[in-house]
Amino acid sequence: MSAMPVGTLLPARSDDAPPALPRRGTSTSNPEERFVRIGSWIGGFALSWVITQRLLPMAGPTWFLIVGFLGGLALTAITTAMTGSAVEVRDRLATAVVNAGALVVGVALLTTLVFVFQRGWKPLLHPNFFLDDMAAVGPRDPFTRGGILHAIVGSLIQVGIAVCVTVPLGVGTAVFMTEIGGRFATIVRTVVEAMTALPSIVAGLFIYTVLIIGLGFPRSGFCASMAIAVMMLPIIARASDVVLRVVPSGLREASLALGASRWKTVWHVVLPTARPGLATALILGIARGVGETSPVLLTSGAASFLVTNPNGGVMNSLPLFIYTTVRSGEPLAIARAFAAASVLLFLVLSLFVAARLLARPRSTKSGRVARLVTRLRESS
Amino acid sequence: MTTLASEERPAQQAVPRVLASTHTGVDRVFAYVARSTGATVLLITGGIGLFLALQSVPTLKHYGWGFFTETQWQPESDVLGIGAVLVGTFSVAMVAIVVAFPLSLATALYISEYAPAWLRPTLVSLVDLMAAVPSIVYGLWGFFLLQPHASEVALFLQRHLGWIPIFAVDADPDAAVWDRSRYTASAFCAGLAVAMMVLPMACAVMRQVFSQTPLGEKEAALALGSTRWGMVRTVVLPFGRGGIIGGTMLGLGRALGETIAVLLIISPAFDVKPRILEIGTSTVSALIAGRFGEATDSQLSALLTAGFVLFVITLVINTLAAIVVNRSRSGVGTDA
Repeated sequence: MSAMPVGTLLPARSDDAPPALPRRGTSTSNPEERFVRIGSWIGGFALSWVITQRLLPMAGPTWFLIVGFLGGLALTAITTAMTGSAVEVRDRLATAVVNAGALVVGVALLTTLVFVFQRGWKPLLHPNFFLDDMAAVGPRDPFTRGGILHAIVGSLIQVGIAVCVTVPLGVGTAVFMTEIGGRFATIVRTVVEAMTALPSIVAGLFIYTVLIIGLGFPRSGFCASMAIAVMMLPIIARASDVVLRVVPSGLREASLALGASRWKTVWHVVLPTARPGLATALILGIARGVGETSPVLLTSGAASFLVTNPNGGVMNSLPLFIYTTVRSGEPLAIARAFAAASVLLFLVLSLFVAARLLARPRSTKSGRVARLVTRLRESS
Repeated sequence: MTTLASEERPAQQAVPRVLASTHTGVDRVFAYVARSTGATVLLITGGIGLFLALQSVPTLKHYGWGFFTETQWQPESDVLGIGAVLVGTFSVAMVAIVVAFPLSLATALYISEYAPAWLRPTLVSLVDLMAAVPSIVYGLWGFFLLQPHASEVALFLQRHLGWIPIFAVDADPDAAVWDRSRYTASAFCAGLAVAMMVLPMACAVMRQVFSQTPLGEKEAALALGSTRWGMVRTVVLPFGRGGIIGGTMLGLGRALGETIAVLLIISPAFDVKPRILEIGTSTVSALIAGRFGEATDSQLSALLTAGFVLFVITLVINTLAAIVVNRSRSGVGTDA
């Protein structure tokens, strides 16, 4: 053994060995695979067109898509089975099903947004739609008369009051739960989390029973905003609690170690650190509150004219306007309702985008918008 | 070299520093204010729950267990019960879950495992956006866009699966001109619209849990030669089981309480029937929204009881969901 030379022995290259296959990349698919994959789906839908639109009485896009999906799946399985193993067939089918599921959800979201704008764009072209109310305007009147100013103003007033009530209480409770703590805070947290399960209609019914029936308030914007507040309070308190809990405790400890009081720590360290998260929680809460119909349905009553005093009797709001107008069944009124829904959707979308921009971490390398927001924030 | 200055230090009696754990000055005010805010919120939120519970005592005393089994809601003849609406609530919610569960699972898997990395943040925002769309908009979507198509699917299901009781419809499927109105305004149509609201919630929870799957285990599966689906089936899905169940249950909780989309689509009917494709059903929340206006005091307390029952069911489901999500392996840090 000791006579063996020390070193690495290279195997001798033999001329009879088959030429080395090109190494298969793992991240990309080769042209043949792409052909099989795409071709199967084209074949599936072509087959579906023949079956549903020519052979069987299943006309219409619904059946075309359903049969096309099944046909595509079948063809994918068959063509894959011709070259690959059962494992590959299963992988392809699972990929197709997952992609199709995600696609269905995306299409559903897209159709929701597009459908509402498509049915409601006509009234939006008339400026009086934003500047007028529905006083003395019948459901059959043309779009040149009447508008939804009263509903927009009503929504803003109701949500504004609700926000003024819920934000100090909600954020204050979150501060109490995270910064003070103790057994009492655990009880508060348990109850608040339990109350997020309260269905919004029950919140509305509670306010209706207590304020309107019990204490004799008239149906008004104030009652509606109380109903929205009751619904929003647990949501905002819980979301703020989550946001405050992820503030690194090192920051708190550093502040306390430097001799700051607990109040100073909360005000100058914890809350500023959590500000983007709090803003996001708040804005998403507002978006939820603006769109909620059921508590408003019970408590505000639908006025057809502009009311700016929250205590001045019945007051309309966007979701309620949409609901009552759609129920009237007149085609023109339904178009108006869709236009109002577009406005509501636009409102929610812009709130949502604002929340996203605020939630973005400060030093991201992405996007001109983010940099602009950062610059604006720094300059203010 | 470090020198110790201990010898030069004047020999002084060390006085132990006083450590104050009690709040002083402004801190005492802060603690007091925070505590009272918490107490106020506890009073408000707990008060609602207590109020609902107290209101339901006289109703339950008056009607007894019959309140849960009686199907009719006829205050004139003092016959009240939530049997039919409870069944309706659950059938709408079940349709919503059956539709939303596979779709949300597929979407969550797509976002966390299949989508290209640059697309992921956008998709996550889109799902959140879906959750922010007001329910009335989904109601409009379901009523005007989906219902005609849904009625065709309902007709197909009745023709071919009509022997299963839930797909039966009290109408002739082979009539020359089929009676479309019999297939609309049903629990099925309402459930489809509610599914759109349930979906983003369930999907968000599932995606969150999937994204916590330990990377090491995923890479190990791939390195052993597994396909992507093999990796998903053996690593991601078992790891995320808690999230899948919990997210679905949270969605169920949301589906039970949904009002306005259901109210817009269904035509109210008070009978217990398993036929989800047929016109007419009712849910607890639709009952409240429809009957609160003309209600007398005793009826109002009956409606509040119905609301309380709904709240308790939702609460139980949400709590179970939270326990399932927390107890499972999902989200627990691993060594990998």
